Amino acid sequence: MKSKTDTRDLLRAFAIELAVYTVLVTGYFFVALHFLGGWLKEIFDSHRTLYAFVAFALIVGQGILLEAVTTWLLRFFGKKIR
Amino acid sequence: MDFLISGTHLNPFLLVAVGFIIGIMGGFFGVGGSFLAGPALFALGVPMNFVVGTDLAHIVGKSVVAAKKHRALGNIDFKFAMFMLPGTIIGVEVGAQIIEYLKKRANVDTPVAIVFIVVLCSISAFMGWESWLTLRRKKGSHGPKTKDVSVMAAHSKRIQGLHLPPMIKLPTSGIKSISVWVIFIVGFIGGLFGGFLGGGAGYIRMPAMVYLLGLPTHIAVGTDLFEVIISAGWGTLSHGMKGNVDILIALVMHTGAAIGAQIGAHATQFFAGPRIRLFFVPLPLIGAAVVVYGLLTGHHLK
Repeated sequence: MKSKTDTRDLLRAFAIELAVYTVLVTGYFFVALHFLGGWLKEIFDSHRTLYAFVAFALIVGQGILLEAVTTWLLRFFGKKIR
Repeated sequence: MDFLISGTHLNPFLLVAVGFIIGIMGGFFGVGGSFLAGPALFALGVPMNFVVGTDLAHIVGKSVVAAKKHRALGNIDFKFAMFMLPGTIIGVEVGAQIIEYLKKRANVDTPVAIVFIVVLCSISAFMGWESWLTLRRKKGSHGPKTKDVSVMAAHSKRIQGLHLPPMIKLPTSGIKSISVWVIFIVGFIGGLFGGFLGGGAGYIRMPAMVYLLGLPTHIAVGTDLFEVIISAGWGTLSHGMKGNVDILIALVMHTGAAIGAQIGAHATQFFAGPRIRLFFVPLPLIGAAVVVYGLLTGHHLK
C-alpha cells in the first residue's frame, strides 16, 4: 500500500502529464491522421490484404510511440515534482 | 470528422474520451475493454461488423502499452501465455468466420448484440457474487489486506487436479501441475468470444484464469493483457482482410487509451485482488445497458 504523500505526488504527475499529452495528441491526430485518411481508404478499396497489414503496423507503431511518450512525460514530471 | 473507411461521421474528441476511460479499465483490470468500447462504438453509429474489427485493432495498440507496464511489475506468466496461444488463435478465427457468415446473411447487429448482453450480464453477476462473498469471508480473517484469495479456490484446485496429459508446472503463477488441454480450452473460448464480439475477450479469459485455473489476480491481469495482444493482433489481421476494420477510428481512440492504460496499471498497486474484481462488476452492465438502448430504440448516441 502507498502512503498519502506518494499517492498525491503520483496524481499530480499524472495530471501534468495528461495536460501535456492532450496538447501533443490533439496536434498529432489533426495533422497525421488527416494525411493518412485518403491513402488508407484507397488501399482499403483496392488491396485489402495490404490494408490489413498496414493497419496492424500502424496501431502497433502508435502503441509503442505513445508508450514511449507517456513514459518519458511521467518520468520527466515525476522527477520535477520530487 | 469523416471516417471514410466505415462511412461514418464521428466526433474525434468523443472517441479519445471513450479510449481514455477504456484505457484506465484495461490497465487496472487487465481486460481489453471491449465490453465498453464495442457498445460505445455501436452507440455512436458505427456498423456492428466495423465495431468488432475496429475494437480489436484499437485494443492491440492499448494492450502493448499496458502489457509492458505489467511486465515491468512482474505480472506476466509467459509460459502459461504460450500454452494458451494456439487455443486463442484458433478461437479468434472461428469467431471471425461466424461474423462473416452472419454478414453474408445481412444479419450481424442483432445476434451479436444479444450475445453481448447475455455475456456481459452473466460475467457481472458472477464476479459480483464471488467478490462479495470473498470479501465477507476475509473480514473475519487476520491476513494481510492485499493478499489475493477467492471463494472459488476449491474449484480451481479440482481443475488443476484433472489428469489429462501432458501436464505442466507454472512456477510464476504458483501452480504445481495443470493440464495443457485445460489451458487450451480456456484460450479457445476466450479467442472465440474475441473473434465474435470484438476486443481481446479479457472479460471471459480473466475471470476464467482466476476462478477456473487458479492464477493470482495480478498475474491473470498481466498475462491476459499479453494474450490480448496476440489474439487481438490476429483478429485485426483477419478482420482487416475481411474489410471490418476502420483503422482511423482505432488510431484516434487509442490516443486516449494510451494514457489511460498507464494510469490504470499503476492503480493496481493500491488494491487487493478481491477488491479489484468487485470494482469490475458494474462495468459490463454499463456496456450491456448501452447495447440494449441501441437495440430497443435504434437510436445512436451521437
